[in-house]
This record gives sequence, C-alpha cells and structure tokens, in this order.
Amino acid sequence: MRVSVRTRSRPQSRVESKCLSFEAVFWRDVDTMTRKLPADEGHVHPIRGSRSFTQVSLAMTVLALLAGINVPASADDAQALQQLRQQLDRMQAEFEKQQQLQRQQMDAIRRQIETLQGKPGVQAPQPTAPPTSPTPSTTEAPKPVGTGNSTLDAGKAWSPSDPIRLQSGRSLLDISLNGTLATGGSTASQIDGGTQLGGHDPKVNGFTLQSLELSLSGMVDPYFRATTDIALHLDSSGESSLEIEEAYMETLSLPGKLTLRAGQFLTPFGRHNMQHVHEWSFVDSPVAHARLLGPDGLRNLGGQISWLMPFRFHSELTLAVQNSAGETASSFRFDNEGEARFHRQLGDLRANRLGDLLFTPRWSTSFDLTDSQTIVVGASSAIGPNASGAEEQTRIHGADLFWKWKPTRHQGGFPFVSWQSEALIRRYQAGAFDWDLDGDGLVNADGSELDGNGDALPDVLPRETFQDYGFYSQLSYGFRRGWVVGIRGEMVDRRHQAIYEGLFGDDTDRLGRWRLSPNLTWHPTEFSRLRLQYNHDQRRQIGADHSVWLQMDFSLGAHGAHKF
Amino acid sequence: MPDSPALQPRKRRLAIAAWPSSVFGVLVVLVGVVISMPPASAQLKVATTTADLASVAREIGGPAVDVVALARPGEDPHFVDAKPSFIARLSRVDMLIEGGAELESGWLPALLLGARNPKIALRQPGRIRANIGIEMLEIPTSLDRSQGDLHASGNPHFLIAPSNMRILARRIASGLESLDASNARAFQDRLKSFEGRLDSKLLEWRSRLEPHRGRQILGYHNSWIYFAREFGLKVDFVIEPKPGIPPSARRMADLITAIRENDIRAVFVEPHVSRRFAETLSQKTGIRMVMASQYPGGIPGTEAGVIELLDRLTGDLARALEQPLGK
Repeated sequence: MRVSVRTRSRPQSRVESKCLSFEAVFWRDVDTMTRKLPADEGHVHPIRGSRSFTQVSLAMTVLALLAGINVPASADDAQALQQLRQQLDRMQAEFEKQQQLQRQQMDAIRRQIETLQGKPGVQAPQPTAPPTSPTPSTTEAPKPVGTGNSTLDAGKAWSPSDPIRLQSGRSLLDISLNGTLATGGSTASQIDGGTQLGGHDPKVNGFTLQSLELSLSGMVDPYFRATTDIALHLDSSGESSLEIEEAYMETLSLPGKLTLRAGQFLTPFGRHNMQHVHEWSFVDSPVAHARLLGPDGLRNLGGQISWLMPFRFHSELTLAVQNSAGETASSFRFDNEGEARFHRQLGDLRANRLGDLLFTPRWSTSFDLTDSQTIVVGASSAIGPNASGAEEQTRIHGADLFWKWKPTRHQGGFPFVSWQSEALIRRYQAGAFDWDLDGDGLVNADGSELDGNGDALPDVLPRETFQDYGFYSQLSYGFRRGWVVGIRGEMVDRRHQAIYEGLFGDDTDRLGRWRLSPNLTWHPTEFSRLRLQYNHDQRRQIGADHSVWLQMDFSLGAHGAHKF
Repeated sequence: MPDSPALQPRKRRLAIAAWPSSVFGVLVVLVGVVISMPPASAQLKVATTTADLASVAREIGGPAVDVVALARPGEDPHFVDAKPSFIARLSRVDMLIEGGAELESGWLPALLLGARNPKIALRQPGRIRANIGIEMLEIPTSLDRSQGDLHASGNPHFLIAPSNMRILARRIASGLESLDASNARAFQDRLKSFEGRLDSKLLEWRSRLEPHRGRQILGYHNSWIYFAREFGLKVDFVIEPKPGIPPSARRMADLITAIRENDIRAVFVEPHVSRRFAETLSQKTGIRMVMASQYPGGIPGTEAGVIELLDRLTGDLARALEQPLGK
C-alpha cells in the first residue's frame, strides 16, 4: 500500500520539476522517504534475518510467520511517525538549501550572459570561478524516448487488466517456449534404442522433434517459488503426447540456508541429468546416462532438501527422496512395460514402504581457480529398490567435474573453454527368476516363456549382482562470438559378464560401446541455435556406425538465468 | 507365478542401504544449521553486481562497509557467469545493489536462488535496485526480439550520468542507515561530501564538454544515451544495428557515410566489445577512438571510482571532439 504512494508521487514530481537538479533533489527525497518505510516495517517483518530464527524449529518458524503477518504494528507506529516527521523536516531544510544554491547559480549565469552580451569582444568565461562556469541548460534536456506513461518497474502494481509481459521481472509469471528440432541420418540399422539411446535424441533418418518445452515459473508469494516444465512430444508415427518434466514448488526464505522442494523434478544426480535438452552442449544424451540412469534420465515426484554450507567457498549438500517407480526411474522400480530386461521379467513387487523410495544424496563444491577459471566438482548416489525382486536394490554412484575458462574481458560471453566430465557406476542386484510362468515345466508355444539356451525348458536365473559403468568427457571452445566447437568422447561397458549372460548369451544392453562426437554450434543470438554434429559409434558385436545430425533450437519468451 | 523366487513375500527388513546415508545426511544438515550462524561482524557486507555500483556504495559506506563487486570492471554486465562462488558470497552479505532493468537478468536470478539470503530478498532494505527512481529512457512500447534483445524496463546503462549517481547515492545511504543505525550520521556526512564533490566536478565536466554541445558521438552498444543527455551530446548512431547483433558490412558502410555527414568525431571503445569495428571506422574516416567504460577500472587508471572515471571520460572525449575528422 505504501508502495503505491511512491508510484503516485513520482510521475507528478517529474512533470512539475523542469529543472534537472531540482528533480534530482526531489527524487532523492522521495526516495529516502520511501526507502525508510520498509525499514520501519521491518520491526514486525517475520523473515528479516533475526538470528534466533535459525535456532528455532521449522514449526516455530511457521507459527512466527503467521503471528508476524497478523500482528499490527501499533507499538512501533508512534515511533516511526516521529522518525518520519524528523526526517521530513531535515529534508525540507535540505531542499530549500539546494533551491537557494541553484538560484544563486542561475543568477550568476544570468549576470554572465549580460556581461557577455554587453562586451562582445570577450572570448571565454573564466574557467577558474565555479559559479560562472557554464551550467547545464536544463530545459534543453532531450525528451526521453517512450516516456509519458511512467513505467517504473517494481513500484507499479500489476492489475488483471494489464497485459502479461513475457519478460523477467515484469510479470507474475515467466513464460518461455523452447523448441529443439533435429534432422539427419545414420548408417545404423536401428537408431532409436540402437545408436541413440536417449529419449530426447534424434530417432529416425529424417526429422525428429527432440523437445518442445513450455516453461512457466515465478514467485508464488514471499515464501515459495514454483516452476513447471511441460514437454510436448511428437513421435515418429506423428502421435503427440505430453509429459510433465518438472513441476515443483520450492521455499525461498527458510532459515539456515536451507531450501525445500516438493513436486516433480530432475533428480540432482551429476550435471547432465539436471539439464534440459536446450541446455545441452551436444545434440544427444551421453550413452552412459541413457543406459544407466534411463533414456529420459532420472526424475520423479518427490521432495528435496538442500543446504548451502556456511563456508567461504561454495559447497552444497542435497538429498532428494523420490518415488522409485516408473520409466523415469528405469534402473529402479520400472517394469520395462512388460518387456524382459536383464533376461528377467520385471514387475513392481514392492509393498510401497518408506524404504522403497529413491534416495539421492549429492554433494558439490566449487572454487574460482583464478578470476577467469572456475571448477565445480560433485559426487552423487542414487539408491533405491528395483523391479527384479522384492529385496533387490540398485545403487548408482557418480562423480562429475566441470571447469570453465572465460577471460574477464570477454565479448558477450566469448571466448571460453569449458570441460565437463562425468563417470557413473551402477550396481544392480537382480533377483532370481524362473521363466516357467505357468508352472508346467515346459516352454509355452506362444514364446511368452523365454528359452535362451534352446533346451526346450524355461530359463531359470539365479540371484546375482552385476555392475555397469560409463563416462563421458566433453570439451567446448567458444572461439569467437556466437561460435562454439566441441568434442565429446564417451564409453559405457559392463564390469563383468553376468551369470545370466554366461548361460543365455551376452546382453546388448550391457555390451561395451564407445562414441566420439565432434560438433560445431552457431548461436545467431542467445535465443536461437544451429548445431551440426557427427557421431562415430563403435558397438561390440555390432561394429561402427556413422551419424550426422543438424539441430535447430529456438527460445521464445522469458529468458531465464543461466545456471553455471 | 507364486513359486517364482522373485515373488517371495518380502521379509520385515527395512535395513535398506539408503538409510545410513540419509540418516547421515539429515544429521549433517542439523549440525550445519547450528554452526551456520555467522558471528556478528562490525562491518556491513555489501555486494554489488557491477563496479560502478560498488564505487558509489564505497563512497557512502566508507570504512563501515565491506563492498565487493561481482562482475569484473571490464566485463560485459549482460554476460556474467553465475559462478557458484558468487552464490557463496551472496549468501553472506547484508546488502545487494543491482542495476536492475534486466541488466543482470541472465545471471543474477540463478545466484539469488542459490544464495538463500532473506536479507537481500526483494523489498528488503538490504536489496537496492538502482533503476528504481531513475527516469528510464528508451522503454520499448512493444517487445519484439526481431528488434534485438530489448530491455522491457528501458535502457539499463544509466549510472554513467552523474544525476543518476546522485539518486543512487541517496538510496544507498538510506538503505545503509536502516541496516546500521549507529552509523547513520557517518553515512549522511559521507553522502553530503560525495554530493558536494559530484556537484563541483559536474560543473567542471560540463564546462569541458560545453563547447561540443549538440555534437554526435558513436558507441558500439546503445549504452551512452544517459551520458550524452547529461552533457548535451547526441548518440543517434551505434555500431551494432540492434542490441546484441554485430554489424554487417553494409551497416559499416552506412556508418562511414553517417560519420562523414554528421561530422562524428569520437567513437567509444569499451573493453568488452570488439575493437575491430571501431578500428575499421577510424581507418576509413579518421574518427577518434576513445577508450571508455562505464565501470571504474574498466579502463586503466580509473580504479578509484566513478568520479575519477568521469574525469577521465570527459577529458578524453573533449580532446577527441576538439579536432575535426582527419580523412
């Protein structure tokens, strides 16, 4: 309410004060008054950083917040009023003093003009005497472009009849639409699920809509912010579908440098898993991520707490607790849509107890090596039950490293060199499984019971644990404004042949492969991008494949801040 | 199916390996909450996004505040990386001064979310958006990025104009007063002294540029209109055709014509934009390159503050404007 007082008084002051200096003084005073107000309000403001808050429990905080909102400021009002009056008097005096000074200066100039007009031979005014040196001809100040309607930003309250402006800080909601389209082809006989494992990768010879993402985000109130990221898909058969990639709310002002988040969100595992398609430096997802975390990465409904540790350097601990079911947690409680995986039929056999959730602790820290070099290192684990048995568990551990060089005198962010690497290892406990699903001891004629070794008997698999690992390392060099050249090397392999593979043959989902991908990216502006990438794939038992992809990307609407 | 070993009923055994790690995590967090309370420090910690804001804050705060600017002085303030070290710094400060008007919108929001510092939340006395209270120029009537990367709140390069510095100084003083009432007197005194110096210097700067009133100057980015307005100059031409778009050959040819027709004698060369274009123009027309920055320290010798920076800028510019075009 007090803010609206400020917005009303400002335009008036602008109209009335023709003289720049008057205006400046007036503004300054208006400003001081308005800046004072929040300070006085502060006595009752619940979230101002009183230290005691960090000591009380969360419940107490909530109570205090509620109390703080409802308690009127009666005790402090009288005092605040007194202070304001004194301040007003001070400013009044100051204002008059300035006015007088200004008048003196104007008189001095008038005298000077008269002198000069009287004596045309005089060359120049005395530069040594400050009052007689030229002062601004303030009335001449050019009219600012696009004024008339005073659009002072944060002061102006939004009303429902105003248009929603798609620009940060001006609207209640930031809206943006990111589209990523790829075209190209590959020598591989199977692209989708063969060379390209990621859910957002180019999938066919021809055109693929990798992602069309609608992002809505903004501040809910002083205590929460919310973000929604809806991905629209158009598959190779022309079918459209919709996917909620992210939709969460997050606290803004918890004490103790804590942030709580709840909803659907990307699991805080490493770096790549937390990036949306339009943030990638390459056309496709690393094979290690697609194979070990899942084609669509790791994300699910859940809650997360993160804590910025009180050190002079950046260090953050995060713990996410999420549902462990579904295809966005495919190494966990995902039934693989009825398809066999690891030669087993998977099914959700859990009682849905507390321990059946997916736990992902992460720690990351960062240092500035120099003014122009920064390094970020992190370690993550994702631990949860899997769908191969009632007691079986998957653990994925990852380490990540990001280094960036950008000179302090860069031009629009260029040049730069960045290096990002991640290594993952997955330990999968696979439950025992008997393919004799109907219990008759014989293989069914319809092929629903697997017989991998051809002995006409349903396969029987023991309980076992096997490990897969993978890594990628990518280097990007922004060599001139808008242009980036990059190279990525990656591989993924099994640590040992699993028992089931020894019995029934190697599993192509676990066989070793590597890929080398050079690319060239052009950003005409920050809002559009063209990228050309070549992939050299080498898969054990399959051989080499070559793919070329051209990716186009656009970004409409609000431009969110870049994460490092 | 019932005799499949995988379908055995689960035993009542919750010793899932996630528990030790999650319990440990929660413990660490709880311990951390207790030890994260910082010790009381006499100095107010102030962070600013750019060096010009830091300079004004130092003028007002004096020894009672510890001021650090996030962006380097020679760095393009639109394209600063949201380094995690900035998050760590912002999490500890008592006050944040930003330019506002979307100058820092590409990086500051990410830092603020990470910093989790309620002291610098919007509308707190510890948060100062410099553009509030400034008469913004070039507020676009429509937002259309085919016109380049427009700022919805107007041109954000306003602090180079002394009258705007004064408005900001006043706001910083009242912000600091409300955070540290015991030093209110000192802040007011320093504010008066800063304003006094600014006033007397302003007369000097204006007298330097007065002979060139109405003359055109050239910049790369449209970042000099407030400066030009303050000193009676004009910046009707900028090298980049639209914000964020580099000039084409055609544009350069047009600029050469414009320089000759309008007798534009000086082009500002900032550390964060390519010198290439200004050099070409200078070779072709004889227009003088003036090393310029809006940030103290952006050009060598101006590290001391905004007053020294404007001293240097107005002096160099006046000298460049005195001589007619060479070729």
